[in-house]
Amino acid sequence: MTDIIDLSATQLAAAIAKGDCTSVQAVEAYLGAIARREPAVAAYNEVLSDRAMEQAKAVDARRSRGERLGALGGVPLAIKDVLCTTYGRTTCSSKILANFQAPYTATAVAKLEQADAVILGKTNMDEFAMGSSTENSGFRPTANPWDTARVPGGSSGGSAAAVAARMAAAALGSDTGGSIRQPAAFCGVVGMKPTYGRVSRFGLVAYGSSLDQIGPITQDVADCALLLRVIAGGDGNDSTCVDRPVGDYLAKLDEPIKGLRVGWPAEFFSKALDGEIAAAISKAAEVYKSHGAKIVEVSLPHSRIDVDSAGQVSSYAVACYYIVAMAEASSNLARYDGVHYGHRTAEPVADIIELYSKTRAEGFGEEVKRRVMLGTYTLSAGYYDAYYNKALKVRRLIKNDFDRAFTDCDVLLCPVAPTTAFRLGEKTADPLTMYLEDIYTISANLAGLPGLSLPAGLSAAGLPIGMQLIGPVFSEETLLRAGRMYEKATGITRLTPPMAASAGRE
Amino acid sequence: MIDTDTTVLPLIGLEIHVELATETKMFCRCRNRFGDPPNTNVCPVCIGMPGVLPVMNRKAVELAMRVGLALNCTVSSFTKWDRKSYYYPDLPKNYQISQYDLPLSVNGYMEVPLSDGTDKKVRIRRAHLEEDAGKNIHDHPAHTGVDLNRAGVPLLEIVSEPDMNTVEEVMAYARGMHRLVRWLGASHANMQMGHMRFEPNINLHITRSGRTYKTPIVEVKNLNSFRSLERTVAYEIQRQYAAWGEDPDGYSLDKLGKQNLGFDDERGVTVFQREKEEAHDYRYFPEPDLVPVMVDEAWRQSVAAGVGELPLARRARYMADYRLTLKEADALTQDAPTGELLDDAVRLGADAKRCVNLLLSRGAAIANERSCTIAEIGISSAQLADLVKLLAEGKINATAAARIFDLMVASGEPPSRIAQREGLLVVTDAAALGAWVDEAIAANPQAVADVREGGKKQKKAFGFLMGQVMQRSGGAADPAEVQRLLRERLS
Amino acid sequence: MPKTIDLDLVRHIGKLSRIELTDQQVKTFSRQLAAIIEYFDKLNELDTANVHPMAHAVEIHNVLADDAPGVSLTPEEALANAPQRDGDFFKVPKVIGDSQ
Repeated sequence: MTDIIDLSATQLAAAIAKGDCTSVQAVEAYLGAIARREPAVAAYNEVLSDRAMEQAKAVDARRSRGERLGALGGVPLAIKDVLCTTYGRTTCSSKILANFQAPYTATAVAKLEQADAVILGKTNMDEFAMGSSTENSGFRPTANPWDTARVPGGSSGGSAAAVAARMAAAALGSDTGGSIRQPAAFCGVVGMKPTYGRVSRFGLVAYGSSLDQIGPITQDVADCALLLRVIAGGDGNDSTCVDRPVGDYLAKLDEPIKGLRVGWPAEFFSKALDGEIAAAISKAAEVYKSHGAKIVEVSLPHSRIDVDSAGQVSSYAVACYYIVAMAEASSNLARYDGVHYGHRTAEPVADIIELYSKTRAEGFGEEVKRRVMLGTYTLSAGYYDAYYNKALKVRRLIKNDFDRAFTDCDVLLCPVAPTTAFRLGEKTADPLTMYLEDIYTISANLAGLPGLSLPAGLSAAGLPIGMQLIGPVFSEETLLRAGRMYEKATGITRLTPPMAASAGRE
Repeated sequence: MIDTDTTVLPLIGLEIHVELATETKMFCRCRNRFGDPPNTNVCPVCIGMPGVLPVMNRKAVELAMRVGLALNCTVSSFTKWDRKSYYYPDLPKNYQISQYDLPLSVNGYMEVPLSDGTDKKVRIRRAHLEEDAGKNIHDHPAHTGVDLNRAGVPLLEIVSEPDMNTVEEVMAYARGMHRLVRWLGASHANMQMGHMRFEPNINLHITRSGRTYKTPIVEVKNLNSFRSLERTVAYEIQRQYAAWGEDPDGYSLDKLGKQNLGFDDERGVTVFQREKEEAHDYRYFPEPDLVPVMVDEAWRQSVAAGVGELPLARRARYMADYRLTLKEADALTQDAPTGELLDDAVRLGADAKRCVNLLLSRGAAIANERSCTIAEIGISSAQLADLVKLLAEGKINATAAARIFDLMVASGEPPSRIAQREGLLVVTDAAALGAWVDEAIAANPQAVADVREGGKKQKKAFGFLMGQVMQRSGGAADPAEVQRLLRERLS
Repeated sequence: MPKTIDLDLVRHIGKLSRIELTDQQVKTFSRQLAAIIEYFDKLNELDTANVHPMAHAVEIHNVLADDAPGVSLTPEEALANAPQRDGDFFKVPKVIGDSQ
């Protein structure tokens, strides 16, 4: 029989439901994998072994009583530490929340629990989701399971690495500017950012409120559909969550879309893009074509990427994104002040202002400080129109481009990141360099559109290459089916990094 | 104090914060209730914990709309929310969700009656919704305690134009607003509970020898009683005039702009507050966690229908229809239910004037003792109507009516039963009356003599004998009959 | 746009952000923030005169809840994460009055 940790989440759920294995066995298998691989990967902030075993036993007991289990019955999952849980800590990988214990659980996580999933632990991330490599974690970086000298991507690096290294059957991440899709690409797994408002944000520690979404990070497209179906839906606790019926993403998943029109956004294929990645995406287009799809050239003028003679990359969308995200972040992070929860300075303070200032200086990392300050700056008196309001207008232009493009195509095909996983420390010298990692992902956040990142093969150096499908609002079903088409046609799915392929059998 | 060629025109605007009478808070479903033990009406949302989101209270929006409509405002068809950033321990998110550029209501006015009989029209610039902050407790000398029970309570901020020119106008406006929000059921406006807070902004336009000087605008924060409002405005006018006097060209609006002060209640002076001195950069931007509210005509109409007759309109109606004096009509239009009590009784056939007499004599006295409104003392319109009818039919006299009123309040029994039981029904029986008259005559020979004699003592003596008869009858004798009989027997 | 932001401006932003900065940090941020703001200035190349700002990614309205009490926390639960408390109050250095 296949090793439990070589099963997809879908297969594992089926196996547990059938009685071919127990949830306890699954949790033991994953805890074993964690014990072996965590030292090298450092994907988890906290592994909740005792609790996971308790949950697993409870699920098994119910199953043996003949009760019907939820869609994720007994399946061990990892949760990005940006999501509040009443168990363990919720740290956002920040010193300022190092000991925070939330009195409530995020809606999306609660839904997983209602579907009888087992939570293995909370995963590492860039502090407060600010970063593209998980190097901004206030604790330690996470390593890419494909090459531990490289980054797993960010900010959901821990979740992506956990899934890639088979230390969780699937995971939840969050995506504000690409934080699910880019680490998924770097780690060779599937990641989806749903339409803004598809999944409740209640319990998601806010970074860029008008951009954030929670989404699945999984081994394959079917798992992604499974998780999305569980976590999607309305929520009275989130005013921005759309109360729209959740389709059965699994029902027609394997049915190819006849006459699929695949948009090819010319602006995304600039000199900024690594040649191997460009080639892989082109090949993907050919795959779609050979399966009856039509490739349509579309234009997204305001998402265009320019590279000047000095190699400097410029993108309106990146500028727009960072202004909006940082402004919202500066406000969302104002609450971390040492008064009601979280870290508080032990230094003597003369007054409340000093209490705030020292607490935040001690508790926030450099990148967080930079973004909070930039956000404060762009919102401050005299600058609002020039920056924030201007960015909101450019945002509309970006969205209009997509709306226009989608009159000619059903999905857009484009890269996820300009390179494959870079080395730890390679891009940390200059903040701007890191921001430019997001050039292909941020537009979808600005426009509120869903995006699916899936593996399109390996580079010559053996690193995963990701491709991205973007769709109109609430087109998750189309994206998943299109992704599945590619998966089936190429067999590129559930790529295994060497460390996870080696005998994990004890 | 002010020399003859100088004129001083105070320009005063008032910002009033009103806590709305909802069951729950603005953005979460914790209870909106004063006086509970600290931090018992709190949840992750109003504590501002990581990951929480606000969800708007529909009732708060509707109460706010109701007030806006009653103030003749335009209720915006599209209104949105903004974050107002500042750091303070009673503001857990370190931003307040409020409304900046597209508030719920704009451009209204309130007619404020003044003591000279004229009406002052005070324009309302805007009325918007926001959340209240918690409370900082300063009992301990070395630190401050924070109670978040009040954090997130719905607040309606009503901003007037600087249309008021005297302390009287400010107080009339403030009291008028106090009455209005209670009238509409929008707020309990209990001053002790901090339901209403005032922030006056004051400056002076001083004209001397043809030249006009404008003093800097002073805004005084957080006054929570009518008394402190009155004292503050009066004090500021004097203080600014004096400060201007010392330096007419220097103490000016264009040089010094706007200042925020507090009011030291003990010393009765406005004061500079060091910690709050920093000019706030509120960094307003649209609240991403809340979607806009669109008010269509149907919704607006349904809220407008709930506004009903307003205090001044009702007062005018009472003076016209019931022929009440201004004073009487005013006393009956301090709150809506008292007028409803009166109107319902009239609808049941009772004579308005007689109802009013009872309500403003016994009713007001009892209400005063209990510190409640006349409507709250507990009589129903049916009981009032029945009592007044007994009086109108001559079955009881005025003294008896007053007595029955009190007993009715205490026991809730119907007035006729009380009258019967207490023997207060007017006695018209000639024999009984005759007996009492004879007794009174027999017992008071001197008074009888004075009456028969005529002259100065006659009237008083007659009155005395009347009183004696009434007393013997326990107040139940029909005074007109007694009078007739007495005259008869004394002549 | 200069390669650095005025140091006083950086200190002012630090104050508004309630983040204490060392002199070294002020200098470093002055450089880094300037570069990023210069990047932001690129948006001026776009004509947005007749464009309506897009604050929300979804165009929904009127999400309103009933005014019915829900579940609140106990003071213990509310203060469980409080760094310092005084009985059932959060404890802070002395401040004046209330903010509202």
